[in-house]
Amino acid sequence: MAYKDEQLNEEKVFKDPVHRYIHVRDRVIWDLIATPEFQRLRRIKQLGTTNLTFHGAEHSRFNHSLGVYEIVRRIIYNFKDRKHWNNDQRLLCMCAALLHDLGHGPFSHSFEKVFKLDHEHYTQQIILGDTYVHKILERVRPGFAQDVADVIGKTYSDKLVVSLISSQIDADRMDYLQRDAYFTGVSYGHFDMERILRVMRPTEDQVVIKSSGMHAVEDYIMSRYQMYWQVYFHPVTRSAEVILSKILHRAKELYENNYEFKLKPTHFLSFFSGEVSLEEYLKLDEGIVHYYFQLWQEEDDEIISDLCERFINRRLFKYVEFNPNKQMNEWMKLHKLFLEIGIDPEYYLVVDSSSDLPYDFYRPGEEEERLPIHLLMPDGSLKELSRHSDIVESISGKKRTDHKLYFPKDILDKIADQDKAKEIKEILYGQGDVFDVK
Amino acid sequence: MLNNHAKLMQFFLEAKEVTGRKKLQKMIYILQSLGMPFEEKYQFHFYGPYSEELSLRIEELCNLGFVQEKKEEKSNYYQYHYQITNDGLEFLNQFALDMPNYKAQVTKLNGKSARFLELVSTMLYFHDLSRAEVEEKIQTVKPKQNYSEEEIAEAWTFIDELKQGLLQ
Repeated sequence: MAYKDEQLNEEKVFKDPVHRYIHVRDRVIWDLIATPEFQRLRRIKQLGTTNLTFHGAEHSRFNHSLGVYEIVRRIIYNFKDRKHWNNDQRLLCMCAALLHDLGHGPFSHSFEKVFKLDHEHYTQQIILGDTYVHKILERVRPGFAQDVADVIGKTYSDKLVVSLISSQIDADRMDYLQRDAYFTGVSYGHFDMERILRVMRPTEDQVVIKSSGMHAVEDYIMSRYQMYWQVYFHPVTRSAEVILSKILHRAKELYENNYEFKLKPTHFLSFFSGEVSLEEYLKLDEGIVHYYFQLWQEEDDEIISDLCERFINRRLFKYVEFNPNKQMNEWMKLHKLFLEIGIDPEYYLVVDSSSDLPYDFYRPGEEEERLPIHLLMPDGSLKELSRHSDIVESISGKKRTDHKLYFPKDILDKIADQDKAKEIKEILYGQGDVFDVK
Repeated sequence: MLNNHAKLMQFFLEAKEVTGRKKLQKMIYILQSLGMPFEEKYQFHFYGPYSEELSLRIEELCNLGFVQEKKEEKSNYYQYHYQITNDGLEFLNQFALDMPNYKAQVTKLNGKSARFLELVSTMLYFHDLSRAEVEEKIQTVKPKQNYSEEEIAEAWTFIDELKQGLLQ
């Protein structure tokens, strides 16, 4: 029997808190899960620093990847024998679903921003490079690895296949919303996925939703909206993320200025120099990052030592709401005052905007900006969701942005120069409430 | 602070007015591909390279009153127009942005249609492929747009002109 058709003697299952069971019957899938590149995902948390806010959020990219695979497996099962669906694409879809996040690194959002990396580039490299994953995919047939990479990169010729893994209602989002809700313990984020799977229909170039299933999709969009504000944009998580980014910036700056670290930061050197090979990239996981942060607490450089101590012990920055249009003068005054009292504003006075965060809202796709969710009407026509649903239409136009100013209140409380301390506090606290990060 | 926002405001200052969200997305992507220091992260989507980060940043600029968005109802879609505001200009004046002079490129891009810029940005997205492979890829990823050989040839010339303009 050809490798691509090989089935396990009996079905394997992974117990899963979100989907109850993840079912694996294909030999190829089973082999991919066993590769070192896929097992590495166990050591990378799905939500980075969110566990400092919601202590349950310790789940990994490994859990999520299996979840996306399981959802795609169920969708394909429902699509079998439907018009427009070619079941020869089954294995390709499942492999792409399983491997779609393979290139994520530890705290990947901050790492990508500071070191100018792109996890999708590494996903492609792992799939196409000299790796265990690549060898398995090429056993299926020569060129199969490239097809998987193209589906994940959204450049594959069959758009229907791409839209299963990546669209505004795809397996990726359906898994992470439910999984993140489960592990953070919040009550929003839940929706009737079984119903959505039942009303999904394949068309020539995208998955659409039977109009009778619109309310289930509305629930999904609402869950997504609430999860952004309640979990993904949570100000405490953003405080931790600000500190994490500043640690990486500081370490890079010290390296560029020939600072001698007490222990050579071997695992970071290629990140500092901007030439990260695949081998070096794969070696870095959260354990390694935490190890260096522990060590850097003992460094002579006060900034990196303080920031690492804050991150490890969760001594986060406080924040105030900030409007760059109305408060630019105040910000400039603060910047100057911080310099005068010897606190580097580059590291200790940070504006964080919602666009600095990696999540996305539903967009109706005006002017073909982005492919929207389409409803399949009884007459066979397609209608964009927000044109038909008042609920979706109402949240599509809502203000969804904010800016916060983060600072170390504990340091400000200890400033010796009382006049300057008063001036700083009047500017910061005169703007309204100072939000305590507890 | 807000450096990436300021870069976008300066872009609107150079462009005067941009009509269409798709066009805006592709203009920034093309400039970024040609080495302009825009930092918005792009991914390939149905209509070519798209940046959710850019969409949200534009939304922020509009909410802050730095950029004005005008919505125009068309027969079966909405069209948006963008311009920098006086508040935006005032904010920008406080910034010392280190950007190369790219006014001519912005004007050139602004004079093209969204469809053409979608083609150009898609071609630039596959920059690591040979010309022949890029042209094959265009037909694979965008079969419905039916780009003609003339349009593709025009796009190559356009890319060369943009690159030369930035080198001068």
